[in-house]
Amino acid sequence: MVSEPEIWGTTLFDGRQAMKGYALNKMCYSFNHAENRAAFLKDEAAYCARFGLTEPQRRAVARRNVLEMIAAGGNIYYLAKFAGIFGLNVQDVGAQQTGMSVEDFKAKLVAARG
Amino acid sequence: MASIIGAVATSHIPAIGAAMARSLQGDAYWKPFFDGYPPVNAWLERMRPEVAVVIYNDHGLNFFLDKMPTFAVGAAAEYRNADEGWGLEPVAPFPGHPGLSWHLIESLVADEFDVTSCQEMLVDHGFTVPMGLLWPGRRRLPKTLPISVNTVQHPLPTPQRCYKLGCAVGKAIASFPQELRVVILATGGLSHQLDGERAGFINRDFDLMCMEKIIADPLALTRYSIRDLVEQAGSQGVEVITWLMMRGALRGPVRCLHRNYHIPISNTGAGLLLLENAA
Repeated sequence: MVSEPEIWGTTLFDGRQAMKGYALNKMCYSFNHAENRAAFLKDEAAYCARFGLTEPQRRAVARRNVLEMIAAGGNIYYLAKFAGIFGLNVQDVGAQQTGMSVEDFKAKLVAARG
Repeated sequence: MASIIGAVATSHIPAIGAAMARSLQGDAYWKPFFDGYPPVNAWLERMRPEVAVVIYNDHGLNFFLDKMPTFAVGAAAEYRNADEGWGLEPVAPFPGHPGLSWHLIESLVADEFDVTSCQEMLVDHGFTVPMGLLWPGRRRLPKTLPISVNTVQHPLPTPQRCYKLGCAVGKAIASFPQELRVVILATGGLSHQLDGERAGFINRDFDLMCMEKIIADPLALTRYSIRDLVEQAGSQGVEVITWLMMRGALRGPVRCLHRNYHIPISNTGAGLLLLENAA
């Protein structure tokens, strides 16, 4: 592997992460289907078990914590499908990860106009 | 022979699809974005392309990590959209052009670009949102040919490789032995980052520079690494590699007929370019 300095606040989703996060991402990929979203809501523990989530993945999912899910190998495109179950959009997810209110996060985006 | 009549590059944010479905084009938040499109719509109306080659990236609708092609080319008679999980209502299927698809696949592989061919391919918002923006109401909707590039799992193809593949796409289309008017679409970007503590990162100066270079000096962008792009444009801002593929397909010098840039749409710096061959 080529070693390059890390980019702050950023996890490159590479082979290492893809292997670590496979079960979690596979579960989130299944949420493309409405019946799977319903099955998750009906019995979260059973649904996570079906996909063989690791303990850190199960904990992060239970806590609805996006940074912890990324640390456990989650990829944001699949995690967005998880967030969608709870009606959360990418501003909500951004606010959670940056520890800001959704309003402040949106203001930060507007401020990028310069 | 087929000919490329020009190209359009646009962002493809899901929220745009939701705004179109709810007719929010005139809303204060959306107006500066949607106001960019009528000149492009008028150009397409006038130029009447028969096929749109849509260069985009799949976000976990058609491809999962079990099999992740770096470059995938559609070879279907029809491309369906489907539920992506977070609420965008699926839209009607898009017609394909299998004849051009197989010609493209044969030509690319002969040129040593070993692409994955897909006779079934669900197209996600990266494909459907731009189609909705460019052909509102599906008036004179062209046939389509999707090319998907991996931006999900690193290693991603280098910007240089993307540009070269684009050149090979342009060459392939020019050698298709049938009269056909083709427009190239690139969708994605510009700067945005959805994940991590750096979520919400947008880089206006870098986006404007990229738009300038895409027009006048695309080779300058091929000198960036993927890591550079992540740093400068955010982890999902790497989607700008689709714009480089498009620019490669146009080959020679181009004229920019129209452009727009607006911050923010959702978490993204939203860009639009309409290009025509200068020669």
